[in-house]
Amino acid sequence: MKKNSFKRNTLPALAMAGPVSLWMILFVTLPMLYIIFISFMSRGVFGDVVYEFSWESYKTLLDSTYFKVIVKSIKVAFITTILCILIGYPFAYYIAKKPKEAASKLIMLIMIPFWTNSLMRLNSWLLLFQTSGPVNNFLQNVGFIDAPVSFVYTDGLVMLGMITNMLPFAVLPMYSSIEKLSKSLLEASADLGASRGTTFFNITLPLTFPGIFSSIILVFIPSLGIYTVTDMLGGGKVLYIGNIIKNQFGAIRNWPLGAALSVLLIVITGLLIFIYTRFAKIEDMEVV
Amino acid sequence: MSISKKQKKQRREEFIGTVYSIIIYSILYIPVFVMMVFSFNNQRYNYYWNGFTTMWYSKLFSNSALTESLWYSVVIAVLATVISVTIGTIGAVGLKKYEFRGKKFINEMLYIPIIVPEIVMAVALLVIFIKIGLALGMGSILIGHCTFCIPYAVVTIKGRISGDDYSLEEASMDLGANRIQTFINVTLPSIMPGVMSAAFLSFTLSIDDVVMSNMLAGAKNSTLPVLILSMNKSGITPDVNALTTIMILIIVTAMILNNLIKNVLKKRKKMEEAI
Amino acid sequence: MSDSIVSLIGVEKSFGKNKVVKNMNVEIKEGEFLTLLGPSGCGKTTTLRMIAGFEEVSSGTIKVQGESVADKEPYERDVNTVFQNYALFPHMTVFDNIAYGLKIRKRPKDEIIKRVNEMLDLVQLKGYEKRKPDELSGGQKQRVAIARALVNNPKVLLLDEPLGALDLKLRKQMQVELKRLQKKLGITFVYVTHDQEEALTMSDRIAVMNEGVIEQLATPREIYDRPLTRFVAGFIGESNIFDGKVKGVHNGIIDVETSAGTMKVKGNGFEAGEDIHISVRPEYIKVGGDGAEGFDLEGKIKDYIYMGTFVKTSVDLKDNTEIKYSRFEKDDNFKEGDSVNIYWNPEKAVAIKAKR
Repeated sequence: MKKNSFKRNTLPALAMAGPVSLWMILFVTLPMLYIIFISFMSRGVFGDVVYEFSWESYKTLLDSTYFKVIVKSIKVAFITTILCILIGYPFAYYIAKKPKEAASKLIMLIMIPFWTNSLMRLNSWLLLFQTSGPVNNFLQNVGFIDAPVSFVYTDGLVMLGMITNMLPFAVLPMYSSIEKLSKSLLEASADLGASRGTTFFNITLPLTFPGIFSSIILVFIPSLGIYTVTDMLGGGKVLYIGNIIKNQFGAIRNWPLGAALSVLLIVITGLLIFIYTRFAKIEDMEVV
Repeated sequence: MSISKKQKKQRREEFIGTVYSIIIYSILYIPVFVMMVFSFNNQRYNYYWNGFTTMWYSKLFSNSALTESLWYSVVIAVLATVISVTIGTIGAVGLKKYEFRGKKFINEMLYIPIIVPEIVMAVALLVIFIKIGLALGMGSILIGHCTFCIPYAVVTIKGRISGDDYSLEEASMDLGANRIQTFINVTLPSIMPGVMSAAFLSFTLSIDDVVMSNMLAGAKNSTLPVLILSMNKSGITPDVNALTTIMILIIVTAMILNNLIKNVLKKRKKMEEAI
Repeated sequence: MSDSIVSLIGVEKSFGKNKVVKNMNVEIKEGEFLTLLGPSGCGKTTTLRMIAGFEEVSSGTIKVQGESVADKEPYERDVNTVFQNYALFPHMTVFDNIAYGLKIRKRPKDEIIKRVNEMLDLVQLKGYEKRKPDELSGGQKQRVAIARALVNNPKVLLLDEPLGALDLKLRKQMQVELKRLQKKLGITFVYVTHDQEEALTMSDRIAVMNEGVIEQLATPREIYDRPLTRFVAGFIGESNIFDGKVKGVHNGIIDVETSAGTMKVKGNGFEAGEDIHISVRPEYIKVGGDGAEGFDLEGKIKDYIYMGTFVKTSVDLKDNTEIKYSRFEKDDNFKEGDSVNIYWNPEKAVAIKAKR
């Protein structure tokens, strides 16, 4: 009987869930552990890892130049997130109120730009905002400005790039959450005397909060670690955490420092997830 | 017959909503539009508009660096999709159905590549590969892509498996099919839409990926996005615009065709029944 | 005497610490329509699933046609199931659904076509071959599920509350159809339901289950007329049940002392001082008041309810127990609040042993 139980239950489970489990352990768990490990190691002459325990890399994070970058990255990611939520929520609301057929088409329309190459889309902003580009020309023609303004390689443009890249990720979870809102709840609220605004703040907003929180996570965390947007639109002048990490493994060789910064990102991520699971009270994270 | 105040208010709100949405859609589509327009730019580098030409579309295929990287990207994307969807499908079914020790752990691990910034994942894989001496190249990039595609595939497919599916599997076994036959004849067809979504998602994620492909690349070849990134400093040539324009047109056409075919089949079936 | 086609010997099933099926022993006879009847959670579905092979027994043996099925997977057992939610394969046509079992067994094409058409005839769904499950009504889905299970010629058909999702009229229709089908094919049916009317209508024998145990296994008539336990008396049909103590026994009639008064019931095997339950069906309650059967219970009429086919009257007895009796029409002049005397023919009441 025991032998049969193995054949019936364990073997199929192993065959089906085995490959994915193995992959996750080999290519996610182990590398992450190793990175955390390296962050506590010392830097050798050539930037590689010397296996001696040291807090050096973490101390460097508190060094003013690096610290400034970290704070700036968090600030930019934060602003990007807030803007995405503020811009995205009404949009999600509008779509959610449409009949299902139309809504799914509208959602599809949001996704299409996402299927174009992201770098080329960023490049488009560059083309538009470059010194001799259409925006500058328009502004000069209309008389708002006298000479071309250097939009490129600024934090502002980088933020624009991030917002346009992240907006679909903000809209989808909020749309999903708003769409699930039962119409009868809104009707009950109105029946009991609440105005549209009151219903929104007392019923709609709190009940769609899980969706908002999902959006926050889906926008804030990638924004922290971004480096393509800064590369394309920042031209080396705008550097955030993502760029610094990349450089530690490229031109400037300092693996432990890169690892430490990575650990910082992991910690911030973990913190947000922890808050999410605690307050949004959802066991299974249905992200997208 | 005058319109009530309430209806007027609703119409106004609807109007504002529509205008707002159009603005948002515009912001999302402007970069796409610009990308397509500048593929017709009569100039070597896309600094400013210099007249209309279609030459880049024909010159596309003579740019060897471009076509090679395109081919490289497509091969990786196809392989990544096949591997990720296979592992992801059986993984999703297995994780949903069976209980085992460490299941919670694996479920949590699956969310890490989705949530944690890609640069961290890429760097972590890089140091492991260098430590074990794995040469960087197509293999390492492929592993990197699969590592974020598999979780997306699992999450997508898991979402499509409903409780009903268990009784279907039991019915199949009751009628004499063993586990493998049941999986092929009953389970797979019922989750097929999820599998297709997962395949589409994996493909687009892989072909558009920059971070993993950049960090885990070997010395020789680079994927298309990495090539574009490296061209940024000197300026991106319009033939790249032409290529990416063609790519998005193919994808959108495929989607529209897919929808059309589905609708035609539905209509035909309705007519068959009426007869 | 037909042989046992399915035997459950000392079968038990626990989920963790929860024992859902306790020491079950049943011999199911070939060709019979046996129903497992009981409230939700009594273990009837679990028992069925153990026979089918979807749950493993915690202890005990299940034999089909004399052979233990302990090592056999569901697809190795000569038993087929009709599921509660039909479990029709949504991506296959009606034809393919029914043909599934045969295709798996790699039967030749013409045999498959012949058998499937036979089934379609049997369940009266000729012409529906090409439809998909989502184009069928509940009753039609039901019949496809039955056809699909029967096409493999199983020795035993297991049915898990198959009519639960149908409306009343359709359910009654299907009950008759299923019974006819079973008689015609001669296949053993093991049927699970919580609807006691359904069980009484269709079954050759009923196993009344409660909390993992079979309280009584007998024909519908027996179960209705002579319930063995208080639970069975209360679960089957409507009944008035009294708890009391035996005062004395004379000539097979037992005098029982209860808080509502002294009652008489036919029975033997009881001693004075023993605890006892009495079960009296509403249709046997009499209203009168001259000690015709040797006892009278004082009561007051509470209300009359018209039930369509008959009138049900509630009477409050002196200890505030409510007693119900039924008539085809209101054939008395009593009004609500009137005092009446209740009695019955002791031979029409059932004496039930109280559980220790």
